[in-house]
Amino acid sequence: MNPASHYIALSYWDVAASSLFLFIAAVLTLVLKLGLARTIAIRAARMVAQLIAIGYVLKFIFTATSPWITLLAAAVMVSFASREVLGRQERKLAGLWRYGLGPSAMMVSGALALVYALTVLIQPQPWYAPRFALPLFGMILGNSMTGVALGLNMITEAIVREKAAIEARLLLGRSRWEALRPFAARALRTGMTPIMNAMAASGVISLPGMMTGQILSGTPPVEAVKYQLMIMFLISGVVGIGVIAAVFASIWRLTDARHRLRPDRLDAAK
Amino acid sequence: MLRIENLSRPWLHPVSLKLEAGACGVIMGPSGSGKTLLARAITDLDPNEGEVCWRGTARRAVPAPHWRRLIGYVPAESGWWADKVEEHFAAAPDPAALIAATGLDPRALGWPVARLSSGEKQRLALARALQLAPEVLILDEPTSALDADSKERVETLLMEKKRAGLTLLIITHDTGQARRLGDVFWRIEAGRVMEGLS
Repeated sequence: MNPASHYIALSYWDVAASSLFLFIAAVLTLVLKLGLARTIAIRAARMVAQLIAIGYVLKFIFTATSPWITLLAAAVMVSFASREVLGRQERKLAGLWRYGLGPSAMMVSGALALVYALTVLIQPQPWYAPRFALPLFGMILGNSMTGVALGLNMITEAIVREKAAIEARLLLGRSRWEALRPFAARALRTGMTPIMNAMAASGVISLPGMMTGQILSGTPPVEAVKYQLMIMFLISGVVGIGVIAAVFASIWRLTDARHRLRPDRLDAAK
Repeated sequence: MLRIENLSRPWLHPVSLKLEAGACGVIMGPSGSGKTLLARAITDLDPNEGEVCWRGTARRAVPAPHWRRLIGYVPAESGWWADKVEEHFAAAPDPAALIAATGLDPRALGWPVARLSSGEKQRLALARALQLAPEVLILDEPTSALDADSKERVETLLMEKKRAGLTLLIITHDTGQARRLGDVFWRIEAGRVMEGLS
């Protein structure tokens, strides 16, 4: 065995000892009366409970390796991500459209990329093996959630705040798609910015988390880089397609066949 | 002829009126009476019922972008989508001449929109609407932000365009302007349109 490639297990004592510095920070906030110690304690306890729970849940799902349990876990992830997308929106589409549009853009593009990665690229046995499917889906979903939420927010805000400018373009005989093109471009750019920045910074400013994890668990760096490149391509592709789909579907819903703006199809700002 | 039949929308009772091609119609009425709503309904910017025909072409028979190229509309508050004035004049063969005709310095083309006064915006919005050579032009308080000289310049331009065949429908609070420009008059009160000036 290559001496560089073995995994060192941690005991719970090691984990407890790693909280030393957070403990010092909490004591300092107490001494300096900054009123943050309680929050630090609650958040740390919450993190411990959540992560230990998810550790056991994943252990169960990985042992079961059932397509149905994997699918159920993915569905739970999608519902949390959808809630997050909705929660980050200043103005939501009225009625059921709010659930249909942003979340489904994110889910469909994410699921397609995941199935592609599992069946064509990694090819684990079976292809739905949760040890591969769930972490990949989590990374894809987390990033596309951010992109879709930003893009949707940008386009709905534009339709409300830039109404006069968009209508000026409509009044010059432009179609709804032409009239909204500069605003759609801005929304796409905003939605894609975090992942574009991550692509530019990775390896130079930051070592991506997944790659770092693989290296720590003994994977040779160049192999870890290959995985990281694959996941970055998948994520940025899904973010791009998801944001484009969500922005154009919103434009379609917030205009009508007579090329009119329909901000009345949005709920009032929260 | 511009023929409007039972045009209605929320806060506007069904409107029927006729405006001869080449004439100038004037609509007056207190603020909030529905003048702007009527202009937006004619140009199909808001959902509405009823029919509008221009020279025998029914509005519903043509795509909305085509309709808005025939029937131009300059709202009271103009919208601007780009930073530079010239970016709003992509369709004009000679934007400088259009701008000069409103009495503005043609160098305004190079100005940033953020620098414009409300009077400059008003005249540039008019020039912008004229760049597509519409057959009917609806103007919502076209000179409300202008001094007497600029107002006269704009009225002269509108009369020149009218002589060249442009049909005008002007919404104004200015009785003097109404008398100088108008051939036919309507007034709106609480969403109801009536013929004549009060």
